[in-house]
Amino acid sequence: MVRFLSEYRDKDLAQGILKRIEKISKKPANFMEVCGTHTVAISKNGIRHALPENVQLISGPGCPVCVTANVDIDKMLAVLSLPDVIVTTFGDMMKVPGSYSSLSKERAKGADVRVVYSTLDAIEIAKNNPEKKVVFFGVGFETTTPTIAESIIEAKEQNVKNYSILGAHKVVPPAMKALLDLGEVDLHGFLCPGHVSMVIGSKPYEFIARDYHIPCVIAGFEPLDILESIYMLIKQIEDGRSEVEVQYKRAVKPDGNPVAVGVMNQVFEPADADWRGIGVIPGSGLKIRDEYADFDAARLFPDIEVPPTREHKGCRCGDVLRGLIFPYECALFGKVCTPTEPVGPCMVSSEGSCAAYYRYDDRVKA
Amino acid sequence: MCLSVPGKVVEKKGLAADVDVGGTIRKISLKFVPEAKVGEYVLVHTGFAMQIVDEEEANEMMKLLKELTDGPVS
Repeated sequence: MVRFLSEYRDKDLAQGILKRIEKISKKPANFMEVCGTHTVAISKNGIRHALPENVQLISGPGCPVCVTANVDIDKMLAVLSLPDVIVTTFGDMMKVPGSYSSLSKERAKGADVRVVYSTLDAIEIAKNNPEKKVVFFGVGFETTTPTIAESIIEAKEQNVKNYSILGAHKVVPPAMKALLDLGEVDLHGFLCPGHVSMVIGSKPYEFIARDYHIPCVIAGFEPLDILESIYMLIKQIEDGRSEVEVQYKRAVKPDGNPVAVGVMNQVFEPADADWRGIGVIPGSGLKIRDEYADFDAARLFPDIEVPPTREHKGCRCGDVLRGLIFPYECALFGKVCTPTEPVGPCMVSSEGSCAAYYRYDDRVKA
Repeated sequence: MCLSVPGKVVEKKGLAADVDVGGTIRKISLKFVPEAKVGEYVLVHTGFAMQIVDEEEANEMMKLLKELTDGPVS
């Protein structure tokens, strides 16, 4: 029994919520789960198939490694090919393919790539290898970015001069706006990411409820959290409301975590970012402020040669990330593209929609 | 990737804490939640505590869920 986890897996309570959902849900309800961790939890717990037919869950662009554009991975691989470089990153990033290779493949060929649990471990690697340049490949949303910002602040304070970040950081609300502006998917609500919101709070989503009239519920990650959030979204559309509600109140405050946001803003400033499948979204990324330029690998290695970007042939990862198709609607899914032989990042990452559907959603494997 | 797991603060020295995450003691930074106390639960993400778990809200949610699902669906 793990406190704050096990109690949210109660089968009887789950059945009880599902019955209430069936009772009140009349209107069509297409909800996008924005976060990749939600995608996995929903698939793993069979929630997609337990809901009434009018309630559809669509996976969105919330797997940070999946939305990392090939060009950013190609840049990282180009830095890795320079002499005396050690690349550090989180484990999720290792197998994700760029245009021609991945960190994992390059490591197999002898490149020095190290997986770390925390950015602070990467600073230790830099201290222990003063003759090398230690570059951290920074990927992630607002949950992760404060920890990367903190590593830069600590490296500066401790005068660690051989540590830098190659950043492909992204922020979530502008991507939600971009999807709504594209207007390709008929959405009736968002399950908003719980741990991004733990940092940024509930206010950054208010424009979605106010200007687009789309209900938003910030959801936790256990089965009861997700079912209660779906119930709350259905209640909003049946009542004709569109508000930002927080289901995951044990972790999410209206202002999030102002200390973490402050650290993030101290080091980073808004920038445009390139999202796989969506393209460049204004203001959806973060770049390192001039004050910390010495820790910005993009500025430390300005002359790297990056080969022309190419996409994976036949892979519809981009369409999956926009919620345009379900993973099983891609011709490669489960045939030439599987978790053991993945073609695109949505099948590579454990939080990718294709991997989650392949592993857990029996119906779609047939 | 945005996974965060609850862990109990068992020891605290400045902003460095020992946190029991599912039975494993991990060295965790309290940089973002300096007010966290020994005995409280924090949500841990890549070596940092990102938020303190609000026990009152957690209890309130279970109470509301039990009320919602109690009795026949009519």
